[in-house]
Amino acid sequence: MPEVKLVNVTKRYGRILANDNVNLTIRDGEYVSIIGPSGCGKTTLIKSIAGIVRPDEGEIYIGGKLVNDLPIEERGIGYVFQNIALFPHMTVWDNITYGPRVRGWPPEETRPLALEMLEMIKLSARSDAYPSELSGGTQQKTAVARALTSRAELLLLDEPLGALDIRVRAELRHEVRRLVNDLKLTALHVTHDQEEAMSISDRVIIMKRGRIVEAGVPVDLYTRPRGIFTANFVGEANFLTGRIARRSDEGSLVEVGGGSQLMTNSRDQRVGDRVVIAFRPEFVSIGGDRPFNRLSGDVVDVIFSGSIGRVRVKLANGDLVVVKTALSFERPVFSVGDGIDLSVSPESILVYPYPEEGLDKELALE
Amino acid sequence: MSLIRLVNVTKRFGEITALDHVNLSIEDGEYVCVLGPTGAGKTTLLRIIAGLLEPDEGEVHIEGRLVNDIPPEERNAVYMFQQYALFPHMNVWQNVSFGPVIRDWDEESVKKLSSEILEMVRLAERRDAFPNELSGGMQQRVALARGIASGARILLLDEPLGALDARLRVDLRSQLRRLVKDQKLTAIHVTHDQEEALMIADRVVVLRNGRIEQMGTPHEVYSRPQSVFVASFVGGANFIEGSVARVDDSGSVIEIRDGLQVHVSDSGRRVGEKVVVAVRLEDASIGPVEVAGSNNFPGRIESAMFIGGSMEYGIRLENGVTISSKALISDGFKAHKVGERVVVSFLPERCYVFPYPRMGLLKETEAM
Repeated sequence: MPEVKLVNVTKRYGRILANDNVNLTIRDGEYVSIIGPSGCGKTTLIKSIAGIVRPDEGEIYIGGKLVNDLPIEERGIGYVFQNIALFPHMTVWDNITYGPRVRGWPPEETRPLALEMLEMIKLSARSDAYPSELSGGTQQKTAVARALTSRAELLLLDEPLGALDIRVRAELRHEVRRLVNDLKLTALHVTHDQEEAMSISDRVIIMKRGRIVEAGVPVDLYTRPRGIFTANFVGEANFLTGRIARRSDEGSLVEVGGGSQLMTNSRDQRVGDRVVIAFRPEFVSIGGDRPFNRLSGDVVDVIFSGSIGRVRVKLANGDLVVVKTALSFERPVFSVGDGIDLSVSPESILVYPYPEEGLDKELALE
Repeated sequence: MSLIRLVNVTKRFGEITALDHVNLSIEDGEYVCVLGPTGAGKTTLLRIIAGLLEPDEGEVHIEGRLVNDIPPEERNAVYMFQQYALFPHMNVWQNVSFGPVIRDWDEESVKKLSSEILEMVRLAERRDAFPNELSGGMQQRVALARGIASGARILLLDEPLGALDARLRVDLRSQLRRLVKDQKLTAIHVTHDQEEALMIADRVVVLRNGRIEQMGTPHEVYSRPQSVFVASFVGGANFIEGSVARVDDSGSVIEIRDGLQVHVSDSGRRVGEKVVVAVRLEDASIGPVEVAGSNNFPGRIESAMFIGGSMEYGIRLENGVTISSKALISDGFKAHKVGERVVVSFLPERCYVFPYPRMGLLKETEAM
């Protein structure tokens, strides 16, 4: 029922184009996240769907109905934002039944729904508590429940977990996802945290400067990003510049700085083209187990993050390559200054045309 | 001699004891991360060192001198707030050179230091910009630059990366450490992000309810957690309840639900003792068959989650216990599917055994 459709949505703030001709369809029952750097327009977009911001151009449909002129309370949505907005003088119960009460719904209708909500967020025992007696995470769960007791079928989440501790956030995101599944809702979730988006979404949308630059299921965006910006934004990647040295039906051979040649599966470029290649740190193998696609250099440093070692290797031409590998603390395998051979398989190397405005500009996160 | 030394520092706010007899020494040039959940007392600790709060009991020594009665500006330490507080009417250059200028440095020295530091935080090109023209990440870097340019030897950083987007935060971690090390400063960095602490710090101090729960190098804290809380807060783990069935020279056998047995190398337990076995998600591997020398439990995949760079699975064992397993993906990886039958394996030496917590397991492991 609540399919969301945006047609050519544009919003300007003075000279700034916050949303630039955005077209987007969110299917019924889908969980979609929007990510992008600060200022990319993701918050403006979700606020337009909620009815808090009015687009300058374009149409917004919810459940097939044009809603541009409908106020927020008539759009059938639950809206949760970063700053927990519970009424401090009301108990959990009064907070979550607030919407139905102001709508004048009879208590016998509201009660079972509210009880079910409390059950789902595991807060039945705390229904008499005041917000100040609850942790930040629990308050935000209450806010989600409150957004849903008006029988909203579309949940709009605007950085709902942004103000919480990382661990609380990681736990809560799964609870919210489960709630959306169980209640068969449609959800749109705006976040700056790409890991959060990746781990809970059916589909992730990447925005940059007011436009949607890419959209897809998380694993595809991570392993097959279509652009350099996405490759960088959804996770760490190594970027090296080079030129196409040879082309065949199977792929192309890229010569990178320092003279190494890497076979790739890309057939989109011609011999002589200047390109950027990208590969994920965890897709690099250490040691010369492959007879080809090798890169050699010296270990600059090894940093542990839990059980994962992050090894930085300086290639002969000065380029840095980051390798992530499961290492054991007891037997550190590398020392700073060690010579090391790396290899990357052709299917793990992404090839992009060299960006017009330069690589740094394309990689800038701010 | 330690650069900073706290002796029995206690601070109360009404009925709440924010810091409870904290003893901590920090060496010159060290990068220390103070890690803990909200309300652990991290910010209080930092503010006491800065001189912005007075301890109720205990002593604070900086550079060998008792500073309890010394005002903040004479402690050779600069405190950076969570919300970067730049002067809005000054441009980047003026903000960064503010400290040296008011301390009456000669023009040449001010110029040299400020340009160097701006270069380092990669904002030399934006020196004429005003704070409101910069992104959050840039403002944060200006604030850092200003702190460093102040000439103080000690940087007190309160969630310095907290206000930034996740992706940018990760990028700035190594820059921050390099900056501190290049300038030969000493840094105390407060964070609730365990990954950040493990990556940046020379030493991690885990704070909980106003007390130091554990401290050591990132490696020590991660690989030898001394409590269920630390295992859970730093790195995370599966926690399995059981009791000690057998103890011998090679380790112990822990009996868990439905009589299943977990072999552990740890042998410092008594038979019959109620315990918790902790197994890191990355130490629990899954595969089609049993692994020799490991604990092996057949089960069924209940959930599979791609978290960018790694896969996290939930596997339901035959006794109803769910084990989470996490592994870096590698090239050409194929994800296991929900419903697939697999064997979960983990080595006896990768199991941590703790006495069953007095207040219950949940109290030690819950995030909220």
